[in-house]
Amino acid sequence: MSAAALVLDRIDKVYNPEGARPVHAVRAMSLELAPGEIGALLGSSGCGKTSTLRMIAGFEAVTGGAIALTGRAIHAEPPARRNVAMAFEGYSLYPPLSVRDNIAFALKSRRLDPAEAARRIAEIAELLEIDDLLGRRPSSLSGGQQQRAGLARALVRDADLYLLDEPMGQLEPRLRAVLRGRLKHYIKTRGLTVILVTHDQTEANALADRIAVMEDGALQQFASPATLRDRPANRFVGAFIGEPPMNLLPAEARADGAGIGFVLPGGARLAYGPGEMASQVREAALACGAVIVGVRPHAIRLSGTGLPARVAANQWIGDQSHVAVSFADRAVVVVEHERVTARSGDAVGLSIDAGDLHVFDAGNGAAVSHGEVLA
Amino acid sequence: MDHQSTLERVVRGVLIALVLLFFMFPIVWILMMSFQTNEQILRIPPSLAFEPTLENYQALITGRLETQAGTLDIRFMSNLWNSLVLSVCSVALALVLGVPAAYAFARFRFRLGEDIAFTLLSFRFAPPLLVLLPLTLYFQELGLADTYIGLIWVYQLICLPLILWIVRGYFEDVSPDIEHAYRTAGHGWLTTFRRISIPLTAPGIAAAGLLAFIFAWNNFIFALVLASADKQPVTVGALAFVTASGIQYGQIAAAIVLSITPTLALALYAQRYLVEGLSLGAVKG
Repeated sequence: MSAAALVLDRIDKVYNPEGARPVHAVRAMSLELAPGEIGALLGSSGCGKTSTLRMIAGFEAVTGGAIALTGRAIHAEPPARRNVAMAFEGYSLYPPLSVRDNIAFALKSRRLDPAEAARRIAEIAELLEIDDLLGRRPSSLSGGQQQRAGLARALVRDADLYLLDEPMGQLEPRLRAVLRGRLKHYIKTRGLTVILVTHDQTEANALADRIAVMEDGALQQFASPATLRDRPANRFVGAFIGEPPMNLLPAEARADGAGIGFVLPGGARLAYGPGEMASQVREAALACGAVIVGVRPHAIRLSGTGLPARVAANQWIGDQSHVAVSFADRAVVVVEHERVTARSGDAVGLSIDAGDLHVFDAGNGAAVSHGEVLA
Repeated sequence: MDHQSTLERVVRGVLIALVLLFFMFPIVWILMMSFQTNEQILRIPPSLAFEPTLENYQALITGRLETQAGTLDIRFMSNLWNSLVLSVCSVALALVLGVPAAYAFARFRFRLGEDIAFTLLSFRFAPPLLVLLPLTLYFQELGLADTYIGLIWVYQLICLPLILWIVRGYFEDVSPDIEHAYRTAGHGWLTTFRRISIPLTAPGIAAAGLLAFIFAWNNFIFALVLASADKQPVTVGALAFVTASGIQYGQIAAAIVLSITPTLALALYAQRYLVEGLSLGAVKG
């Protein structure tokens, strides 16, 4: 890999540090982004993702740590000298200017040839479907239109890094899906380095090369969407990524001859013979003792045999069935692609392959194994 | 709004007429008085019919007041000039100091920030007479008594808190991200303040400036105590019309007409500008 475009080196943010209640918004966040890579900061509200973005842009000072962009330290520079472009969650268009002038504003300091500037504005406006709105003022636009104008203003620039804060939050679902594809194509053909902030997994999965999952100000895992899904680093990431979320069951791992048994609440037992579970996984789980067993809703199969459970709810959502069953004193969600006819109260059997199990340490939540491999 | 009954429309018309009459009557009466001689004003019973005379205005402009007791020099025109100088300079200084300060109070949290802002506001609570006595002594010591500079300085007690607190509210209404967007585009703090923050709050700044101007123009007590005859504004100068041979109502009326004209003109001009500014730049989301 070539030299990183953006390096966050253990950055910290504490709001109101001397006040009565300091808020530690970002904790020792480290992250490297390659040139031309799209990174997403994903997390629930208040997890520190926007604070991180604002520190990179320079609107918030870092409390500790360093930020480097294309090799130069920028965390002490004013925003004007960082050469980053940003699309704001609140759009932040200049009210007295038309949409065209708003976008052109971003180009003015570059002393671009007017014809070239007009061409670029037309191009980005067409891409984001705002070409018929260029003459209007921001106050006469809807939220979604303003958001696209704000996005255009950021993307039209030549910057070392593009920061997109919830870039599509206000768009209707159909347009969002269309623009996602176009946006990714635009970014990739130009080799732009982008960080986007979102709480929408679909958006992060669709746009980003790698996703940084954040919780409580700390980075949980920074990896590709596939890795996040298949090998979540801890139980938080496991439960956070995926829709519907991963089922997590507390369990006691016990040796069962040459096999292993996971004793679940209520006495149910997930048992695997010697040939069913990889031996290194078995040993690691036994070494832990108290574990949390995670299994994705898609990986559970409903059948007449298997572990006994009772159907609590059954929803057909158009292309798949979401079945909630009571199992091991928990509500466990199962997704089947065929329509399931079971009704509430019916007895069903669950079967779960050892290869679909994610085992987490119950103590610190760190992953122990994913299927047949150790974490 | 078209679905009102005739009754509603009539009642509304009558109420508006009453309000207009209530507020406009004194001004119209003063305007009429300014074209009458003292005898015409004081006759019993009063009459609406009179022969207009420009005598009062003539006396004010030439500075010679003819009374039964003899000729009196009045300095109305120089008082008017003093009012203008004092008000314009005070408001200008208050804007130069107050607008950046308001921006700082709106955007940054700093130690004692709120306390400083409140202290500035508290200047408006203090009874002016209480402040004036020590101030007079200090000013005489410093050589600031009876100077334009000294008066303009004292007038900041009126103008600065007003501008600071009104403009601060307008700055707080502008999303900081609009400034951030401009700053990431490669502009410094000062350029952003000049090119983005000020234009977006211009209607508010104009409103605050206008209000401060009116307060400064109408101030009486500071100038009465701190200024001698050649620095007096019209508010104090009007005392000269209470002469040994009676109160010169005609001249007072003419003086009032002349002294409210600049404020009125400014208010009308600024009002048009305010409406324009608000409809163009309504800051949204």
